[in-house]
Amino acid sequence: MADLRINLAGIKSPNPFWLASAPPTNSGYQVQRAFEAGWGGAVWKTLGDPILNVSSRFAAISFNGQRVAGFNNIELITDRPLEVNLKEIYETKKRFPNHAIIASLMVEPKQEKWHEIVKRVEDVGVDGLELNFGCPHGMAERGMGSASGQVPALVERQTYWVKEVAKTPVIVKLTPNITDITATAEAACNGGADAISMINTINSLMGVDLDTWNTIPHVAGKGAHGGYCGPAVKPIALNMVAECARHPHINVPISGIGGISNWQDAVEFMLMGATGVQVCTAAMHHGFRIVEDMIEGLSNYLDSKGISTVSEIIGKSVPKYSDWGNLDLNYNIVAKINTDVCINCNKCHIACEDTSHQCIDMLTDTNGKSYLKVREEDCVGCNLCSIVCPVDGAIDMIEVPSELPVMTWNERQAALKVAADCKVDVTK
Amino acid sequence: MANEKMQRISLTHLEKNFQEVERGLTNREALEESNRCLYCYDAPCIKACPTSIDIPTFIKKIASGNFLGSAKTIMSSNPVGASCARVCPTEELCEGACVLNHSTKPIMIGNLQRYATDWAIQNEKTLFQPGEPNGVKVAVIGGGPAGLSAARELARLGYDVTIFEAAKEAGGLNTFGIVSFRLPQRISYWEVEQVEKLNVTIKTNTMVGRDVSIEELTNNYDKIVLAVGMANVPDLGIDGEELDGVYDAIEFVKATKSGQLSKDFIGKRVVVVGAGNTAIDGATCSVRLGAENVKILYRRTEEEMTAYDFEYEFAKQDGVEFRWLTAPKRIIGDEAGKVTGIECIKMTLGEPEKDGRRRPVAVEGSEHIIPVEAVVKAIGQTRHLELIESLGLKHEGGVVKVDQETLQTSNPKIFACGDVIFGKGKGDAMVVTAAQQGKDVAYAIHKQFSAVGTV
Repeated sequence: MADLRINLAGIKSPNPFWLASAPPTNSGYQVQRAFEAGWGGAVWKTLGDPILNVSSRFAAISFNGQRVAGFNNIELITDRPLEVNLKEIYETKKRFPNHAIIASLMVEPKQEKWHEIVKRVEDVGVDGLELNFGCPHGMAERGMGSASGQVPALVERQTYWVKEVAKTPVIVKLTPNITDITATAEAACNGGADAISMINTINSLMGVDLDTWNTIPHVAGKGAHGGYCGPAVKPIALNMVAECARHPHINVPISGIGGISNWQDAVEFMLMGATGVQVCTAAMHHGFRIVEDMIEGLSNYLDSKGISTVSEIIGKSVPKYSDWGNLDLNYNIVAKINTDVCINCNKCHIACEDTSHQCIDMLTDTNGKSYLKVREEDCVGCNLCSIVCPVDGAIDMIEVPSELPVMTWNERQAALKVAADCKVDVTK
Repeated sequence: MANEKMQRISLTHLEKNFQEVERGLTNREALEESNRCLYCYDAPCIKACPTSIDIPTFIKKIASGNFLGSAKTIMSSNPVGASCARVCPTEELCEGACVLNHSTKPIMIGNLQRYATDWAIQNEKTLFQPGEPNGVKVAVIGGGPAGLSAARELARLGYDVTIFEAAKEAGGLNTFGIVSFRLPQRISYWEVEQVEKLNVTIKTNTMVGRDVSIEELTNNYDKIVLAVGMANVPDLGIDGEELDGVYDAIEFVKATKSGQLSKDFIGKRVVVVGAGNTAIDGATCSVRLGAENVKILYRRTEEEMTAYDFEYEFAKQDGVEFRWLTAPKRIIGDEAGKVTGIECIKMTLGEPEKDGRRRPVAVEGSEHIIPVEAVVKAIGQTRHLELIESLGLKHEGGVVKVDQETLQTSNPKIFACGDVIFGKGKGDAMVVTAAQQGKDVAYAIHKQFSAVGTV
């Protein structure tokens, strides 16, 4: 069995699976249950000045009958007194000394407020701190959470204040509700962050009831935007992790968050640069027990690849992620339909015909049997047909060997510029 | 229909008729079905499984692509879980308990279990490791589901286990008793192999009391597990049973799983006496051996027959005819001693018996002869009385008595599990129950040794 232990900026845990700061980590009872189930760490539900919550807090989106494809909440940070949380953190850490407990923190953007809370939580023995600059609802209206997290200068300054007193590693949790997350990530690094975590939830409105015209969810007939998470946000989160991982000025470990539901998702985040992952929605959907498959699945995966420690996969796909301008313009793939596997739903044909490049023909063979064929010379290799195809193995995207050398857009532009410069020289 | 059936049964390539009927799920089917599972907490399907397989977990692992983990989850609870995926009456167990029966339709648990275990078989995975040797030696008599299960669990706990198996291969019912088109032999062999990989010694062709003495066992082993199952079909007690063409259903099925298939049944007329699952096996095997007409004779009615509904349906689809309220009176042969017919008598149902089923009573003067070339007897199974008595164990009509708590027999050194302790009228003797009893015996033995601090 592979070694699954991780060390994220000095925070050690028996496996890379942490529970994110959220309802599942609201109390000692819950976090202890989670550790018993196998979770390697937990980021305690955000501590700060106690708040008031509203009733009716969550909503989820079903996709074609599959429940909880996406999830949204308007719950705020902890509604329990700080002393109670600190006592439970202390007790939990005492019972589970080898598991990681990270305190998520959110206070007003004032130096003394940060100093005070950092000292108090470190006194009870947390392994690290996570600064919540991401919560997009409620707290943001009071200048905290994502309201701070959207302004790089505020991220940098508050991180700096925390680092002035913190003795444990500081993780800065970033909001995705921003045009370029690397700007705030870099600001966190400049402020002295030991690690960054992303993504927090995305501004969202889950729906509108067609009969009452109320928002979903609503509180006495009124709604407000919530924070979106769950499987649907994974591609957004994965990109943000990858963009930070490949950024030359962001050189701290990343804790990946956003739609991670199983071990395969976790592997993807780690390949894209995350040192560990945080999970919430999947646990809220199925309970803490899902971690057993996450651990075992990850371990079996590593064994099957002959990899002895999970840390070896961190960032292995990052060099494969780049700018569009660095992609090879001369690389070509075309669709190939395997007629023996094809079930003749014709979805590829209509998708191509109406919305792509009109290169899949509907034909009839000599026996009167219908079949589909790609006119490869017209195929641009867009993948659409293979995406809409409902049968595994019916459409393969095949590489067409190119006689031309690798040529990216950037190389092409550079070459044209050289040619243009030459021409000027010649005419002179 | 008849034409369709004729096409289905090959008279030139009999082996084709014995290939597995049910095809496994495709990857796509398994993905869709596994994602349909609700992943219930405290799930009723787990409680409905005699071996308590954590069904939602193994299904979740299929959905996540952790096939090895899925197979381990299954096989750790049930050492013959690959066979059970095929032979369990799932409608009456896990699938019958699925909460989706109340909203849509139940999850195909058996098929998903087969999908995961097939993956492990195809990828030649070894699922478990032997425990740290504790020096305690255990002899297991019988290498069927119960014996294998006991051996597997004992080996994982560090015991030095030897299985004594009378047949040429281990696996018992799964290897020789369940028809190939339901359970191919290679599945059973894989399960046996998994047990062997835990350093369990399996001595085949070794019958206790014949090839190895009971003293040898009692002298050389610390504990003995008796898991010999049941024996042959009893005699009908009528004339003509010695004729050529009269078969014991157990032996008859076994023959279809032991090398070359017999061509002697092509075009023949066969009757099977009895209406349990073994009778169905006898009948469907006859069809697949090329018999022209196969009838099942049962002295009671459809209501009382003990075969599972799906087995009954299966036999009907194979074209097997059922003659209810019909009992054999004598088997008729020709001068050469070959079966030519069976004389039967019609029955009627009288007062209920002890087991609640109404007693069949012969209808005077209703005798009639059915011309047949073969008679297959399937009216239950006898017990291994000789062995049980030479072991000196207390029993009731061949059903070995055990302490329900410790599974110990009247000889505290000997434990028993599986069909050998299966009493009449106690529901169905299922492979999955035997597997659980095997586990229970292993834990009972371990509990005793742990209590005295030996291990």
